[in-house]
Amino acid sequence: MECLWCGEEIIMEISWQNVFWPEKPSRLCTVCKQNLNFIAGNRCAKCSRSTEEKICADCRRWEKQLGVDVLEWNYSLFSYNAFMKEYMAKWKYRGDYHLGFAFQDAIRQVYKEQFSFLKKDAVVVPIPLSKERLHERKFNQAKMLAEFFPLPVKEILGRKHGEKQAKKSRKERIFSQNPFFITETLNKPVILVDDIYTTGTTLRHAAFLLKEHGCSRVFAFTLIRG
Amino acid sequence: MKNKLLPLDIEDYAKKFSGKILLRQEIPLNDEQFQQLLTLQNFTPTPSIIKKFPYYQCQRCGSRKRSLLPSFPCTTCGKEHLYCRNCISMGRILECEPLYVWSGPSPAWEKHTSPCTWEGELTPAQQKAADRIEAVIGNNEKELLVWAVCGAGKTEMLFPGIAKGLEQGKRICIATPRADVVRELKPRIQKAFQHVTVQALYGGSKDKEADAQLLLATTHQLLRFKQAFDVMIIDEVDAFPYHKDPSLPFAAERAKTDASSTIYLTATPRKEHQLRMDRKQLPHVFVPLRYHGHPLPVPQMKMTFSLRKDLRNHEPPSAFLSWLQKRENPKRQLLIFVPTIAMAENLHENIAKLLLQEKVIQTNKEITFVHAEDPDRAKKVQRFRDREITVIITTTILERGVTFPSVDVAVIDAGHDVFDEAALVQIAGRAGRSADDPTGEVIFFHDGKTEAMVQAIRAIQKMNKRGGELHGMPMVW
Repeated sequence: MECLWCGEEIIMEISWQNVFWPEKPSRLCTVCKQNLNFIAGNRCAKCSRSTEEKICADCRRWEKQLGVDVLEWNYSLFSYNAFMKEYMAKWKYRGDYHLGFAFQDAIRQVYKEQFSFLKKDAVVVPIPLSKERLHERKFNQAKMLAEFFPLPVKEILGRKHGEKQAKKSRKERIFSQNPFFITETLNKPVILVDDIYTTGTTLRHAAFLLKEHGCSRVFAFTLIRG
Repeated sequence: MKNKLLPLDIEDYAKKFSGKILLRQEIPLNDEQFQQLLTLQNFTPTPSIIKKFPYYQCQRCGSRKRSLLPSFPCTTCGKEHLYCRNCISMGRILECEPLYVWSGPSPAWEKHTSPCTWEGELTPAQQKAADRIEAVIGNNEKELLVWAVCGAGKTEMLFPGIAKGLEQGKRICIATPRADVVRELKPRIQKAFQHVTVQALYGGSKDKEADAQLLLATTHQLLRFKQAFDVMIIDEVDAFPYHKDPSLPFAAERAKTDASSTIYLTATPRKEHQLRMDRKQLPHVFVPLRYHGHPLPVPQMKMTFSLRKDLRNHEPPSAFLSWLQKRENPKRQLLIFVPTIAMAENLHENIAKLLLQEKVIQTNKEITFVHAEDPDRAKKVQRFRDREITVIITTTILERGVTFPSVDVAVIDAGHDVFDEAALVQIAGRAGRSADDPTGEVIFFHDGKTEAMVQAIRAIQKMNKRGGELHGMPMVW
């Protein structure tokens, strides 16, 4: 198999360990994998940001602002770095759909470790793209990630067309109008899935709408904590 | 034919779009205009990915590898179909979207009268090759390989041929695998053909239109062309990635018209070209002399037993220091080649320390390193050329196409796989390029000589010998 990113052939080194316990073949070569920045060590219990505090200043501010936060917590795998930025650009904007498969195994693992307490009655809801953007990209990266969870995926959210989030300032994002609408009510716990958590506004807009329409608890998984 | 919808003459559209193979989003027309041209059958849609049993093939880059043509759940057409990962950086090819080729009237390119404004003079050796090139272009011959040593002045040899082509109203493309080379060629070509529009195409270039009669392009950019050029000149045909990436020869082949002439330029022909020359299937002309008439500097090999250990400690090899102390001409700038980006970064600090100690450089600012992913690479190279920087540590990106007047060259870990014969010959060719300082030292630091090193040195000696015979005085080695 070739590395999804650099195209080099991945040659597994044979050791006694993988002779007896064959490892799953990796989609990225060791060099490219090293460039990914896994969040390790202490992290904020609410938003996964790498920090020594139990709950980071950002999340305390959200709680103050909302009273009761609509989002239980968010779990992220990676922090942002230059490599990740390039990777996301190629995956999302250039539209190299296949690059998403690099995260499949890691997401399975995250489900086992972090979300399995939800049992099988939870539902995964990807953050949608607006119709226009979907037409441009022809796939929704959040949906791709959602499908890696061994749970039913329901696309019950829609999005009004607006400016790209990545082009807005923090303030503009937090005080922006809720861009989502809901097409179906649901009274199950929900895992919201998106590619990146920057200010947390997007997820809270979506979570707010879901709670309003009967979801008991809303969790979130994002690939990257920006 | 005038049309309300279309603001330009059909002839202008022909110049813009003929000879290209484009995605809809690469055609800068609104839907109405585009539809109009489609109904007039000036554009013809062609499938973007086709099935040729037993494989699929992307029709832009020619890629057939299954892992580069994975399936894609398209939300627009609602079907799962293929897309191409190989050429995705030029816009995504989806099986459900066609590529468009111009099928309207073919454009009439201008027939220039004496377009060449270059006033220099060619040496007899250059003149011989130039005449041959001119004949090939003038008589529509199919192929010619110009084998000219590093620093022979290949670009100048092309001028009479290009002029001939322009006089005949031909469309000409000079393609090369390296963007750096395109960047360096552009001002030189423009200066030689002042009244002709010259455009340079490379990733991130300012020229995007590509509607000029004389085009410079990286071989990657040729992926957007089909049946476009009457004369195709491929410079540095042996360079990476042209010989590694099969989509590039595919694109170059497709970009030519049926009755075209192709000129290959190289200092180090690869095996397949060598073989075809030996079998007399590929006409060629050999220029064994540099434009200043001096022989190529022959590299020296320096064995350093502690190389691995030194490199592990991020230190330059010990032999490097002893060589540094007894360079023939310490005023020369220093070009240090290393095999990997990581090594360039690691060695940078310690080499700087050593050079400061030896007073080769006065401050830390006079040394830097470049590699392919360096965003400032063009700027750094320019500063080295302007002599603001004395020492540059580089990966193989500076192995070819760049000219510095007076340098010594050191190759650290010359036994590494990236330094194949062609690379080493090219690297050695960086030294002694100006008539004012026609020699220069080239040192290979290694911990065990490789076939590539031996062959490279042998090839250089052979070329020098042939050059000497040309002078009428065979050199003795």
